[in-house]
Amino acid sequence: MIKNIGSKIASWIDERYNLEPLRNLIKHKKVPAHRYSIWYYMGGVTLFLFFVQLLTGILLLLYYRPGEDSAYESVRFIVTEVKFGWLIRNVHSWSANLLVLFAFIHMFSVFFSKAYKKPRELTWVTGFILLVLTLAFGFSGYLLPWNELAFFATKVGTDIVGVVPIIGEPLKMILRGGEDVTGATLSRFFGIHVAILPAIFTVFLVAHLFFIQQQGMHEPEKFKNLPENKKKYIPFFPDFALKDLLFWVVVFNILIFLALYFPWELGNKADAFAPAPEGIKPEWYFMFMFHTLKLLPAHILFIEGELFGILIFGVAAVIWMLIPFIKIKQKHGWKIQPLTLIGILVVFFIAVMTIIGYLV
Amino acid sequence: MKIDRRKFLNSLLGIGGIGGIISVFYPIISYLIPPKTTEPKVSSIKAGLSAEFPTNSSKIIKFGRQPVILIKTEDNEYKALAATCTHLDCIVQYKNDTKQIWCACHNGIFDLNGRNISGPPPRPLEEYEVKIVKDEIVITKAG
Repeated sequence: MIKNIGSKIASWIDERYNLEPLRNLIKHKKVPAHRYSIWYYMGGVTLFLFFVQLLTGILLLLYYRPGEDSAYESVRFIVTEVKFGWLIRNVHSWSANLLVLFAFIHMFSVFFSKAYKKPRELTWVTGFILLVLTLAFGFSGYLLPWNELAFFATKVGTDIVGVVPIIGEPLKMILRGGEDVTGATLSRFFGIHVAILPAIFTVFLVAHLFFIQQQGMHEPEKFKNLPENKKKYIPFFPDFALKDLLFWVVVFNILIFLALYFPWELGNKADAFAPAPEGIKPEWYFMFMFHTLKLLPAHILFIEGELFGILIFGVAAVIWMLIPFIKIKQKHGWKIQPLTLIGILVVFFIAVMTIIGYLV
Repeated sequence: MKIDRRKFLNSLLGIGGIGGIISVFYPIISYLIPPKTTEPKVSSIKAGLSAEFPTNSSKIIKFGRQPVILIKTEDNEYKALAATCTHLDCIVQYKNDTKQIWCACHNGIFDLNGRNISGPPPRPLEEYEVKIVKDEIVITKAG
């Protein structure tokens, strides 16, 4: 009965809009199967967590009130008074962290499998931009509960922007909505978090997914060199999609477990006239940058240490984004490709700085 | 030199187009930069009674919109310094065990004269004058 109605609707649409290309796509889309196939699921799960953020974010929006006198109070109201408000907020916070984690895993898996190479350069570039936007989401969202930790994290983060020559100072003013971090900053960050970033993010996300759809999954070098009859593929529908779904369910369960057993603290309300609390730390994904800045001396050559650090990070990020366009000639006798070595060093640097940051 | 009609119209359209774009973006960019708020200039403030301020302790005082850290040293001497760390804008605190000023954000340390002695801060903290007028602590901006 239902099936009948379903096929009737389908043929009604088909008659008007021709669903043949879509049907073909579903029928013929396939995914290579090999020992590294597991990495194909990392991007999908990142997308899933983005949808979780979208949904929980919209729900939080119904009760959240930006403003110096209302932001902290409204978040407290959400977690103490609203039915399941604590759950929604914990899921939003935890999902944000998992999202960043999986985005990083996804990025490094693409990097080490060299999937960014021609013709997928722009998939890498849009992916990198999406990561930067994700970090901006994290940074702007962190301030919204208007607690002590968020207040100082924002002071530090926006002050870092200010040390950039020429454009730094005006940019800092625009971000803060004034000289200092105040209620004006909160209003701006709210607007950035719920309107500006989602709009920009959607554009790049659509482009990223479109590129992937156009080119299909990347095949690793070894797989590509196999004789045609040895190459194994699985259909995207339903095989790969169901496996994807299974992984989403697993991650969703982990997410709910974390949200239930490790609730996110709200802390004390921000006070512009209180010292920065002892043991203040940024979100873990900013830790390696935070700790590197902490280790730099006040002056390096003629410039301030922090400016030096920020310039290095800025240049490194641009190089990282343009990696598909960088060619290093491989010399004979090298056991490891230079870019792979650089990747390993980057992962090592991030891991070590993060761990030291938490130990010290 | 002969300019044909099409070229002439195209350049006219180009100039007009650029003008149109500027007339859209100029107000938007200007809107983004927050207006300067005029605030009453504060040159000195009273910070409570000297007798009520415990030795070897500190407090943060609002000097207009600026936080200032007032410290009473072990020798009952007063020090007032800008409380905003010169590194990245965090608010510093007095450590009464080490007798130093410390910033929790990046481990910057200043001595009691506000000099940056260790960690990332690039400049000393600005000093304020402290006077005791009839047992009342008065902080004045130096210079």
